[in-house]
Amino acid sequence: MKIQVMGPGCPRCQEAEKVVREAVAESGVEATIEKVTDFQQMAGAGVFSTPAVVIDGQVKLSGRPPSKAEALEWLK
Amino acid sequence: MSEQQTPTCAACKAQHPADAGKGALWKKLGAGILLLAGWFLLYKQLLPFSNWLVYDAMGLAQGGRLGSTLQFFAYDTPKVLMLLVLVVFFVGVLRSFVTVEWTRRFLAGKGEFAGNVLAALLGVVTPFCSCSAVPLFIGFVTAGIPMGVTFSFLISAPMVNEIALVMLYGLLGWKIAALYFATGVILAIAAGAVMGRLKLERFVEDWVLQIRAGETDAASPAMGLNARLRFGAEAVKDIVGRVWKYVVLGIAVGAGVHGYVPEGFLAHIMGADAWWSVPAAVVVGVPLYTNAAGVIPIVQALLGKGAALGTVLAFMMSVIALSFPEMVILRKVLKPRLIAAFIAVTACGILLVGYLFNAVV
Repeated sequence: MKIQVMGPGCPRCQEAEKVVREAVAESGVEATIEKVTDFQQMAGAGVFSTPAVVIDGQVKLSGRPPSKAEALEWLK
Repeated sequence: MSEQQTPTCAACKAQHPADAGKGALWKKLGAGILLLAGWFLLYKQLLPFSNWLVYDAMGLAQGGRLGSTLQFFAYDTPKVLMLLVLVVFFVGVLRSFVTVEWTRRFLAGKGEFAGNVLAALLGVVTPFCSCSAVPLFIGFVTAGIPMGVTFSFLISAPMVNEIALVMLYGLLGWKIAALYFATGVILAIAAGAVMGRLKLERFVEDWVLQIRAGETDAASPAMGLNARLRFGAEAVKDIVGRVWKYVVLGIAVGAGVHGYVPEGFLAHIMGADAWWSVPAAVVVGVPLYTNAAGVIPIVQALLGKGAALGTVLAFMMSVIALSFPEMVILRKVLKPRLIAAFIAVTACGILLVGYLFNAVV
């Protein structure tokens, strides 16, 4: 599983990354987590508000950090 | 009545799980009404309580400097915070509908003038922070939304928002809140329309124009009522949790000015007669950067001491609408000339607003 956390590095983006890392650790799922700060890459994925979480190329959430429950749900 | 339900009805209830959901909905509605009533009762007690606290419990003299400063602080702080919680919650629920993705789809294909108007209005409710300005700009441009329309959105989104409006209402009354809303939206429409006329597309960084944006709807899954209410509650936690410090600090400064600066002190430097006060307010306001929560209590204090409304509005708009960090971020997608045009057009609009209100009010 490939998880991308997209955002230019604002506090809310850092929070999104933290939540995703915690959720991955908790669920024990094998996943790579990548922080994307490049705007071209974001636009290519169809992300127009940050922070956003993209899993295997699919935008799961954008505009706010996820809750841990949400993140765990995606990892199932 | 419900006690007399026959077994058949219990059976049909089991077949329609929606009915069970209905019961829960009524319960939630009841709880909501109770909460609102409680909020209202508490709100009504704030003024008598602040008077009691300062003049009876602390025994300060009515009309004294320290007394009026403290009473001002003890009344306005909880008042503004309570208003913020209420409004941010409802705006949060509304925002679960009006996402950036939805706004982008909605504005795509709208004509220039209608687009400017809609973008300025949507800027008020669409969730926006300056760190999102670049992806949003790219999203709008790749959706074929005209540049001028995009700028209408980028001007109104930070400037006219629920926090600014609640604080203006709480501290200065609904008339000034309405005035700010109307002039802010009109300014965003007009400045965006002018930017559109200037045909500045070539000053967008080249790589932006080459982007093929992926189409996506995955980011907006269907949300139930529960999820939307939770969204509102999250917004309260997030936004009020972030701005309460500025509110308290701002009101403390405002209260100090209220109690200790003599009446009419600012009339000759920030009054309507000083023609240079409006441009001075803009020049001082543009590099200053704070959010609405921090600047409005100070604005209230200035108004109370004889500053003219137009001058103060111009100051406030330039502080909130044009911010240095946002320009730095926008530099990634806009060439310097376009940023300069953006600042110049918006600043001119703010000057006009300032002079207009100084002349009229």
